[in-house]
Amino acid sequence: MRRGPLAAFLRHPGAVFGLLVLVLVVAAALLAPVLYPTSPWRMVQRPFVPPFTLDRVPLGTDALGRDIAAGLMHGAGVSLLVGLVSTLAALLIGVPIGALAGYFGGRIDDLLMRFTELFQTIPSFALAIVLVAILQPALSSLILAIALVSWPPVTRLVRGEVLSLRSREYVQAAVVTGQTTFTILRREILPNTLSPIVVLASLMVATAILLESSLSFLGLGDPNRMSWGFMVGAGRTVIRQAWWITAFPGLVILVTVLALNLIGEGLNDALNPRLSREGR
Amino acid sequence: MALFLARRLGKGILVLLAIVVLNFFLIRLAPGDPALVMAGEAGAGDELYVAQLREKFGLDQPLPLQLGLYLRSILSLDLGYSVRQQMPVGRLILDRLPATLLLTGTAFLISLTLGVALGALAARRAGRLADTAITALALLFYATPLFWVSLMAIIVFSVRLDWLPAFGFETVGGGYTGLARAADIARHLVLPSLTLGLFFMAVYVRMTRASMLEVAGLDFVKTARAKGLREGTVQRRHVLRNALLPVVTLAGLQAGTLVGGAILTETVFAWPGIGRLMYEALLQRDYNLLLGVFVVSSAMVLLFNLVTDVIYRVVDPRIEAAS
Repeated sequence: MRRGPLAAFLRHPGAVFGLLVLVLVVAAALLAPVLYPTSPWRMVQRPFVPPFTLDRVPLGTDALGRDIAAGLMHGAGVSLLVGLVSTLAALLIGVPIGALAGYFGGRIDDLLMRFTELFQTIPSFALAIVLVAILQPALSSLILAIALVSWPPVTRLVRGEVLSLRSREYVQAAVVTGQTTFTILRREILPNTLSPIVVLASLMVATAILLESSLSFLGLGDPNRMSWGFMVGAGRTVIRQAWWITAFPGLVILVTVLALNLIGEGLNDALNPRLSREGR
Repeated sequence: MALFLARRLGKGILVLLAIVVLNFFLIRLAPGDPALVMAGEAGAGDELYVAQLREKFGLDQPLPLQLGLYLRSILSLDLGYSVRQQMPVGRLILDRLPATLLLTGTAFLISLTLGVALGALAARRAGRLADTAITALALLFYATPLFWVSLMAIIVFSVRLDWLPAFGFETVGGGYTGLARAADIARHLVLPSLTLGLFFMAVYVRMTRASMLEVAGLDFVKTARAKGLREGTVQRRHVLRNALLPVVTLAGLQAGTLVGGAILTETVFAWPGIGRLMYEALLQRDYNLLLGVFVVSSAMVLLFNLVTDVIYRVVDPRIEAAS
């Protein structure tokens, strides 16, 4: 059993591919300051250098002569950071609400689930735009906005899991021995909900990266950080002359998000073998 | 049915009310004192004028009273005034709404039809080449940034091949009327609706495939096979029909995402809908307009959910028993 999940994960060719891509993206983020120590905003060449023509700028330059390869490397860090931190923040909101709703049931459950439904009904991308616009574009407001629109699925998942675990004998035993609700939730119930949460979280990181790039594309990114979505947005107006300015950053977003989705599927097969047939 | 409708409507109104209250606090969070901003726009900065403005718009009242005033104005369908565009917000949104409805409606129909068809095909050929290809394609579209695929479509189909127009709702100065105008709009609609639909198509492919495989293992399907029905008939009449309902239910829940996606699509294709309006409001930091679009799009999603709910009740009476 101990080696089971890892082996199951590695048997998944898509998941292995996803893992490789993710390692590359992390490496790009870590190496960006080493390989491209100057700011990615700096003009290094004449504008509109096509890709694969100059060795110094392998992927060409944009309308202001900025190096696209440097932008991609520096953007990796922003995407990963926003994806990870906003997902963690969404878990911090979603897990407690779901756990309380599932554990107590009744009125509390009703109230909390109504609240969750409200957030599920609101068009999430529109809410994210409004939040970032009001909080002013910055890395922290991007993270906060993405977290605030992506927690409801966590709540629903955790609630369902807790609801089914709550009536198990070992939980009842813990209740009888007089442990506090907090201890029961933390030590007996939540550890058993971990694997579906891990799967959901990996998929949420993918969605968060897509959301971040969409917001940056609309000009809501952190103005001090180069990001992939911003690069696509900046190349939009010159798309007729220079396809590469928009094509490369978008392709990188696509591959990264795809990799995370594949990892999520691999994790799902590895951690929830019973559910894997049904997909998500 | 009437009771159900009343309850469902009541719930929808409550949710809308909650959204409006949320909206009110978001407006208060927006940077800048509204009165000062308005005075600045009008080019007058003296204290007296600002105080007058505060009084006129009720900004000197205590917060709960302001909330009440805000609720009253929303209920009378007054969404405020956009100082930048010199027009009431409600008027601006109403002008742009038809274009958005056309775009999201078309994208929804395309993605649902294609998604269900491809998903059903994949489920029937589960494990074989067609299934692998469709599943891989769905995975790919699921990960594709909407704004990027729109731009790539413009490069390929408008710039390189010159098949379809890249921007706008209709040819400016084309002077078309009647059917010719409809055809012109339809040509402009192709790229935006297809690119917006791609992501949702991927979602529906995955849902249909999973749902059909689940139903295919149930007893009544075995019975249908045992009584000698042809495989095609079993799949179409027994499996697909029963698998479709959860897919359509989930499809209805995607309405919010569809409206959100329209913001990106309309921005890229210069489609004159409320998504594009939201982008313009964003660029000009026109918070009144921004939040107005937010409330209206939320209301649209609620209405859509309500309509789909009612349709299911009519289509499938079993839901009544279950709820």
